[in-house]
Amino acid sequence: MAKKIRVLIAKPGLDGHDRGAKYIARALKDAGYEVIYTGIRQTPEAIAKTAIQEDVDFVGLSLLSGAHNELFPRVVDLLRENKAGDIIVFGGGVIPENDIPGLKEKGLSTIFTPGTAIKSVIDFIEEHRSRIEN
Amino acid sequence: MIELAENVLKGDMRSIGRAISMVENNGSNREELIDEIFPHTGRAIVWGLTGAPGSGKSTLLDAMISNLRAQKRKVAVIAVDPSSPFSGGAILGDRLRMQRHSTDPGVFIRSMASRGHLGGIATATVDTIKILDAAGFDLIVIETIGVGQTEIEVVELADVVLLVLVPGMGDEIQALKAGVMEIGDIFVINKKDLDGALKLKTEVEYVLHLKSNGNSMEINPVILTSATLNEGIAEAILTTDGYYQKMLTDGRLASKRRQRVENEVRRIVGNKLRQIADEHFQIDLKISQWTERIVSRQQTPYALIHSQLDKLLKESKVYD
Repeated sequence: MAKKIRVLIAKPGLDGHDRGAKYIARALKDAGYEVIYTGIRQTPEAIAKTAIQEDVDFVGLSLLSGAHNELFPRVVDLLRENKAGDIIVFGGGVIPENDIPGLKEKGLSTIFTPGTAIKSVIDFIEEHRSRIEN
Repeated sequence: MIELAENVLKGDMRSIGRAISMVENNGSNREELIDEIFPHTGRAIVWGLTGAPGSGKSTLLDAMISNLRAQKRKVAVIAVDPSSPFSGGAILGDRLRMQRHSTDPGVFIRSMASRGHLGGIATATVDTIKILDAAGFDLIVIETIGVGQTEIEVVELADVVLLVLVPGMGDEIQALKAGVMEIGDIFVINKKDLDGALKLKTEVEYVLHLKSNGNSMEINPVILTSATLNEGIAEAILTTDGYYQKMLTDGRLASKRRQRVENEVRRIVGNKLRQIADEHFQIDLKISQWTERIVSRQQTPYALIHSQLDKLLKESKVYD
């Protein structure tokens, strides 16, 4: 039996727009993944601790407030500090194109912007499957 | 000793998370891990928290954790939710209500999907309890919806079971008849601010009175709570602790725990036997051949199966 992939979908920061996050969570469940959903207004600390306790393979961060340059890399750093740097972190939301290279440099694997087809997210996860199973 | 086991015993969060995944995925070092931590288990108290979806279990547990943490007790939660029978995926959202405790080092919350585990979710849960126990948590709470055989198996892993009921879920007495009543030790009527809470309490007490055969010492406690208003929480904890003490002194706890180990041994042996059957007899392949012969009506099912199994056992070299 193939390992079950576990994904944490979390919303850091203060915006309450969770429609996108919930849509992704549901779509990933339908794709056969185990999705842990924490709800809105999470601190990077809470997200990192949750990822560790749940031993997820991926953390998907959703943010629409504009604080992504601060909060996304903070989650990556906290995971690394807690010996969990192998967890793959990706982001989504209204992220300006210009910010994406900087975020990737700081450890975000990829950023999905509005209009992304759900298949792209699933493809991204599947591309990393071999890395997880080893 | 394998490094992972060592780090679990030290209480390292990352290692605890990893160890639980190993158990869930039936990883290659699973048996070694469990055997190594086993001597360090047996100290934690296990509560089961069950009730219909929407009865407020997670919110209640959230309030209880705050109270238990004030008593300096280290709490671990195993929140079991169903996997989709269609996609195999799951949305695990129980911890959403408890997220404020996620940065507390004295709290560990793990969501588990019921999956198609080898040997069932109960096997994965029983080993997860051992990991959390060995890691030093004083209290482990298993949260699950109390419907279906799988959930009952899971909740039976607890020392004390809290059954959460809420008013307004139809004819209460009908719900109670459905076999749910037998599983609870403590009956928590949540959302006590809603209409019908007192009526439900009276009805539950009536049914429990019938169950106890008039022995007032044997009547299970019924508590009214409001998780969102934080009312009745301390009482629920006090009552559950008291119930546990009573079970400890009257010997019921010891026999319950013994029964639990027996069930575990049965499950493991059953799985091992199935594995042996698969490895030595290629039983899956044979089953499809046998199926064909029954479908084409060449033989009757029992006659075929008995003769084939006899043949397999005689020809087998398993015990050479």
